[in-house]
Amino acid sequence: MLEIKNLHVSVEGKEILKGLDLSVGPGEIHAIMGPNGSGKSTLSHVIAGRDGYEITGGRIIFQGEDLTGLEPEIRAAKGIFLAFQYPVEIPGVPNTTFLKEALNAIRRYRGEDELDAMQFVKMMREKTKELGISDDMLKRAVNVGFSGGEKKRNEILQMAVLNPVLAVLDETDSGLDIDALKVVAEGVNKLRSPDRTTLMITHYQRLLDYIVPDKVHVLAHGKIQRTGGKELALELEEKGYAEFGEAAA
Amino acid sequence: MPNNSSHLPFVGAFDAARPGLPGAGLSWLKDFRETGIERFNALGLPSSKIEAWKYTRLKPLEDTDFQPVTDDDGMAALDTVPSLLPNPGGRPRLVFVNGRMRPNFWIEGDLPDGVHLDCLRDVLTRNPDWAEAHLGAIAGDEAMPLMQLNKAMMDTGFVLRVDDGVEIEQPIEVVFIGGLTDRPVAYFPRNLIKLGKNAKATVVKHHFGQGVGAYFANAVTEIDIGEGATFNHYTVQAESRDATHLSTTHVRVAKDATYESFNLAVGGRLSRNEVSVRLEGEGGHCGLNGAYLMRGREHCDNTTVIEHLAPHTSSREVFKGVLNDESRGVFQGRIVVHKNAQKTDGHQLCKTLLLNTGAEIDAKPELEIYADDVKCSHGATTGQMDETALFYLRSRGVPEALARNLLVQSFLGEALEEIKQDDIRQALTDKVVHWLPAACFLSEEWRDA
Ligand SMILES: Nc1ncnc2c1ncn2[C@@H]1O[C@H](COP(=O)(O)OP(=O)(O)OP(=O)(O)O)[C@@H](O)[C@H]1O
Ligand SMILES: [Mg+2]
Repeated sequence: MLEIKNLHVSVEGKEILKGLDLSVGPGEIHAIMGPNGSGKSTLSHVIAGRDGYEITGGRIIFQGEDLTGLEPEIRAAKGIFLAFQYPVEIPGVPNTTFLKEALNAIRRYRGEDELDAMQFVKMMREKTKELGISDDMLKRAVNVGFSGGEKKRNEILQMAVLNPVLAVLDETDSGLDIDALKVVAEGVNKLRSPDRTTLMITHYQRLLDYIVPDKVHVLAHGKIQRTGGKELALELEEKGYAEFGEAAA
Repeated sequence: MPNNSSHLPFVGAFDAARPGLPGAGLSWLKDFRETGIERFNALGLPSSKIEAWKYTRLKPLEDTDFQPVTDDDGMAALDTVPSLLPNPGGRPRLVFVNGRMRPNFWIEGDLPDGVHLDCLRDVLTRNPDWAEAHLGAIAGDEAMPLMQLNKAMMDTGFVLRVDDGVEIEQPIEVVFIGGLTDRPVAYFPRNLIKLGKNAKATVVKHHFGQGVGAYFANAVTEIDIGEGATFNHYTVQAESRDATHLSTTHVRVAKDATYESFNLAVGGRLSRNEVSVRLEGEGGHCGLNGAYLMRGREHCDNTTVIEHLAPHTSSREVFKGVLNDESRGVFQGRIVVHKNAQKTDGHQLCKTLLLNTGAEIDAKPELEIYADDVKCSHGATTGQMDETALFYLRSRGVPEALARNLLVQSFLGEALEEIKQDDIRQALTDKVVHWLPAACFLSEEWRDA
């Protein structure tokens, strides 16, 4: 599903990822943990196709296709979704407008019919109900005035609406209360299926109680340093990252 | 100062054109025009040495052979009227083409008693005494060349009088269409608006260019808002891309009166929106807002002065500019709080979004405060498109062009929100959407939001 080979990425001349290898199969959920500044968000941005990251070596293969050079919107249309560590506020653009434009753009790309206003509203009602999100939040401008937790819920709502093949969740659990954490976990577990993949970046073992990962990776010094099962997260919780040296930055 | 004004073709043609100008038989008007042209000739075109004209050059006026408009220019074929407001059927509307009123497009609407809406020409014929008493009463600054030029040449415009206590709910739309002539022409609208005590009215002015080719519109608007009255003033400047549009608006706001305005500029090769508001009575308020969107090599200047002359007056000013390509923006906003204007509340904000490295803005906010118990703030920022926001939208599948458009609308939202009337805010938002390059699809949702 997602195959990253010997990935080297530089930002503003500074090498952040230094030969990262990662392979996530269909139906799998992997967690990535690692010290602050080790390049986890960088990896997530590069997968989603953000400008400004220079790939100096290696490849990212998604469903057999090299993603290099593809625009972020094309990657989205192909089923890649990134839940941001810091969701962006966009004043004046209502959440529903944003989601409808996004969904219909993706549907157009895939040659599917666009949803009309009625169909869209109906679908949104279902999703918001499932995720316990208020209608008010839909009408408001994207993330403007949302609490930290509301922003994260909003990311999960977007994920539920766009229904991705590969979801990359960058610290979606940070700042969530326990109820919201369950909602997020349910959202992810619901998407769990043989043809979907989730990559969760997290600092907390807690999330993994709700979403049991197939594998846990430790990212430090620009590389995956260790890979293990759920127990690796428990071990990290106890010992920290000392074993992997100082933060990679 | 060198006097080269009479070399301007339209000034040279003044004497010849005079018999055709409105109110030609009125001797007081003859003197009025005479002093205007004398003053203008003495002043010349504004030079960059004048502080208020530091950033804007009137090169097209020197280089182009503008001619006065004729009745024929006013009869240019026009299929439809570019109304800003939906369903213009019932709404009062005046339409001018190249400075000539077109009776066949005039919609009288159902204006209440006590509202008088006419074109300047008719007022000069039917009510010359009123015209004599009011022309130049609000806008009489002898040091302003363009106002003097308009004083001499005024050949069109409208007059709106609203009697004491009369409120008009319907917005009145006034459309000025320019272009469609076989040579560069110049025309000079003079608008007079006078609201009696506790009166209320809304005017939407639409300057719209048709066809290609240069023309020059030099407008002066005088607005007198009586005690407790409210005047909402919306202007869309959508002149053609070779047009020069210079507009001067002077407003007097009496005790407890309100002036709310929004100026949207989306056209013109060279445009200037110069506004001066005097808050003369206690409790007077003005909202002076605007947005401008420029591209190519367009130049747009917003120069405003708000004078707080009485205690407990308030003003709020939000201007947003979006500059693409090699366009230029100028914002000069001066707020003057006079000595006895205690408890003044004044806020000013000017933000510019530069979409291209070739675009430039000169922003000069100024506060001049002579009273000691006031609350005033101002701020000016200039920035580029937020790359993180752009990535956020695109990462959700929104195509780049649409994402950029949404972000421009997001940026302008803060200014457009100042428009309290929903239908008008919508009409102006639509203008903005049309300005943005196409290549995107926007669903209905956006419009209803
Ligand atoms: N635009 C940039 N310019 C310069 N340095 C950058 C830029 N973006 C990221 N970096 C640097 O790259 C390194 C990795 O950052 P990244 O955000 O990927 O870390 P992270 O693992 O997500 O950390 P955290 O756990 O704190 O979220 C950091 O040292 C950061 O300062
Ligand atoms: Mg991070």
